[in-house]
Amino acid sequence: MKNFIVAAVLLAGPAITGCKRVPSGEASSKEIVIGEFASLTGGTASFGQSSHKGVQMAVDEVNASGGVLGKPVRLVVEDNQSKAGEAATVVRRMISRDQIVALIGEVASSRSLEAAPIAQQNKVPMISPASTNPKVTEVGDYIFRVCFIDPFQGAVLAKFMLERGWKNVAILTDVKQDYAVGLTEFFESYLTKNGGTIVSDQSYSSGDKDFKAQLTSIRASNPQAILVSGYYNEAGLIASQARELGLTVPLLGGDGWDSPSLVQVAGNTMEGNYFSNHFSAEDTSPAVQNFLRKFQEKYKEEPDAMAALGYDATMLLFDAMKRAGSTESDGLRAAIASSKNFPGVTGSITLDEKRNASKPAVILTVKDGKFRYVETVTP
Amino acid sequence: MDWGNFTQQLVNGLSLGAIYALIALGYTMVYGVLRFINFAHGDVFMIGAFTGLYAHSWLKPVFAFLPDYVSGVVTLLAAMAACALLGVVIEKLAYKPLRERSRLTALITAIGVSLFLSYSAQLLFGAAPRGFPELIKNHTHSLPGGASVTTEQIVVLVVTLLLLLALRYIVMNTRMGLAMRALSNNPTAASLMGVNTDAVISFTFALGSALAGAAGIFFALLYQAIDPFMGILPGVKAFVAAVLGGIGNIPGAALGGVLIGMVETFVVGYSNRIGIPSGYRDAVAFVILILILLFKPSGLLGKSDREKV
Repeated sequence: MKNFIVAAVLLAGPAITGCKRVPSGEASSKEIVIGEFASLTGGTASFGQSSHKGVQMAVDEVNASGGVLGKPVRLVVEDNQSKAGEAATVVRRMISRDQIVALIGEVASSRSLEAAPIAQQNKVPMISPASTNPKVTEVGDYIFRVCFIDPFQGAVLAKFMLERGWKNVAILTDVKQDYAVGLTEFFESYLTKNGGTIVSDQSYSSGDKDFKAQLTSIRASNPQAILVSGYYNEAGLIASQARELGLTVPLLGGDGWDSPSLVQVAGNTMEGNYFSNHFSAEDTSPAVQNFLRKFQEKYKEEPDAMAALGYDATMLLFDAMKRAGSTESDGLRAAIASSKNFPGVTGSITLDEKRNASKPAVILTVKDGKFRYVETVTP
Repeated sequence: MDWGNFTQQLVNGLSLGAIYALIALGYTMVYGVLRFINFAHGDVFMIGAFTGLYAHSWLKPVFAFLPDYVSGVVTLLAAMAACALLGVVIEKLAYKPLRERSRLTALITAIGVSLFLSYSAQLLFGAAPRGFPELIKNHTHSLPGGASVTTEQIVVLVVTLLLLLALRYIVMNTRMGLAMRALSNNPTAASLMGVNTDAVISFTFALGSALAGAAGIFFALLYQAIDPFMGILPGVKAFVAAVLGGIGNIPGAALGGVLIGMVETFVVGYSNRIGIPSGYRDAVAFVILILILLFKPSGLLGKSDREKV
């Protein structure tokens, strides 16, 4: 009979708005099941791999110390292959089949935006580790994030350029990604309001490999800096093709650049470029150093910002469960919403009434193939 | 009008067009002898790029003692040979058993083969894009007017031209070429005259796939990153190029490829001036396809029946 109800909900789920989920089965009384959807393979695999390591580390840690509310936590992970459409499918599956009580994901805003309405409809609290597009949490009161948002990030990048006297800026935007389009919009409005000029506005789509036509056009407009608003794969290719065309001005990007792959394809053509990020591994605060040490012990590699945010999102969720005293959806939602001064690796997290975290950003530069800390910008 | 900028876009468009042209030849030759579109051709192009990547890393110890151009040529030949073999195997396993069926059956099978190849590649090589080694020392050379051209672009253009001339020689001046032309003209008559149809079809697939393999290496050289799904869009655009030039017509496919590469580059490069956002880059080829099917379905050079292969 239970199977029948599950199947019926699966089929009718999208049609009935606000339908109640099937009451938790017997399995969930012995353990707490949380879901994570991530881009473990595909174009932005590095994001999914990193954030998943952070989430897994948080789950292992909490289970080692006796679990949450006296029950062990079981993590269900689904891969969306970095593909549009896949995120919705796997999230529906986790909600109906695994009956997860909360959802962690995604890094890319486009895919968070795809899953958010499903989580909202089924009243499953969802915490995005690193989606910075403001629209994500606007979907509804069950959707949260533990990172800053793009109106802030865009302003940080614009301010950084203006402070260095780079007033004539060219933009290259990935029009397939909500994150990139949003970031460009906020960057542009801050820059032009504060005395800067956009001398060339070009675009591309995720997966493109040839950027020479756009870069030639940008070169003709003589910019002092170029904003590459998109993800790391394309940013790496853009850097090397820009240098081939003799463009030597610095390239700047947002947190979408944060991946070891950024320098693997681009090699030394990435040197001297800047990007904004959530955290720097060079931060000497005990929280960061402690996280670095634990992460290196577990995975034998250095964590990036996506790993730190995945860890923070999961830890914040566990903290809320403890405060709520249960994993019942309304109570858990309220507990997450009232998170205040939660000590995260990426800074102190307080969620505002729009369910966003207000946190400082760091600017990093690429030097000798490594990401080096430049400065911190507070909101 | 900024001429330096214009020349630069011309160079960009020409090198992209050369790659489309090489792929388009495979579509057009197979269409010439079998009258069907081999949609798996774009994936053969992808396999070519991956073969190059692995051949280069396996032979690295040997290449250390040799000059740059030798390793480049060996990598190129390895990719072409592997693709030729793959083309023949695909034809024998997937298309030959269906030769007597309707052409739609073969077409749908081709789509199946295409998916099989790209997902097998994803399993084997992983889904994340991979960097491609610099096969030749790359320098940027300045052209008058502020434009520049890289060593890689020059090599790609010159080798593409050589491959096109070699292909023309094979088709026009060898017995196998004659057999290909005969088969394309009238398959029944050709086989009655003693043309070994199976051998000619295999040869056509080998030739077309080898060119796609070369295109894979060139694409990887120019754009530095390869992934299992890299073949889909260039493959479809090259198909449009073949239709634009007149499907079944060899010079037409080369011309169509260069044109598509040029138009695409110029639409993106001058997007602000002509008012088409550069995000429409991939739509350009398909708009051309629609226009050509509406106004000149036989393609630009489609009428010259004598050269059909």
